Amino acid sequence: MKWLLLSIVVGATALSDLLQSHEMKRAGEQSIGARGLARLLKTIVRRRELILSIVCLAISFFAFMALVQAQPLSFAVPASAASFILETLLAKLVLKEQVGMRRAGGALLVLGGIVLLAR
Amino acid sequence: MEDTSSHAKTVRTYALLLLFVLLRPFGNLSLAWGTKHFPQTLSIHPLVYIRAMLDPFVALGIAMLILSLLTRLALLSLADLSFVLPVTAIGYVLATLFGKLFLHEDVTTRQWLGTVLIFMGTALVGSTARNTTKYAEES
Repeated sequence: MKWLLLSIVVGATALSDLLQSHEMKRAGEQSIGARGLARLLKTIVRRRELILSIVCLAISFFAFMALVQAQPLSFAVPASAASFILETLLAKLVLKEQVGMRRAGGALLVLGGIVLLAR
Repeated sequence: MEDTSSHAKTVRTYALLLLFVLLRPFGNLSLAWGTKHFPQTLSIHPLVYIRAMLDPFVALGIAMLILSLLTRLALLSLADLSFVLPVTAIGYVLATLFGKLFLHEDVTTRQWLGTVLIFMGTALVGSTARNTTKYAEES
């Protein structure tokens, strides 16, 4: 049950992040001032991929709620970061972001740390 | 791009980053505290979730996490996902610290070693360019 919940959290988070980043880049730069927030909400409503991203996020969140109830916080949060390698890979392959040596190395170090934390 | 506006953008990016880095672990802590003290086990049944979300700690945690999501949406419009993700990993370290301090969880030496690795990785990624796809378009 623990690993099933974690898989749902990780998979849904990766999909949600990918959709979010892709759509927000297309929407242009946003801020979170009072006016910026209203514009941001309008952008969310207008773009279908963002709605889908929020649905994924909701699924991931409810799975996370169940996970954090049964498992220690110091396991649940770092373990959910397993979505990292999946997302960095997708950022390079799908979003065509340039993942250089330092960035990839940094992400790998973070991942190594998360693996140690999760045990 | 002018120097001043790109400087302002950098400041705004890091201000949003700081806000996000703080909101998320505090939100997670509140959520964990609330659900762990909630008498029923969360399952597929939606009614149990609705009842759990009426708990003040769970509600506070959710509010903070929603705010952190909005902060992150704004952040993603300014910077790459592969920059935002590793930098915000500091939230995982804070979560482990909060787990030990406030929820009295056992954190082993191995787990603290992991924490150090995460800090090192975070520092490495923080020193790279913020938005590569935008620069690629401009050139």
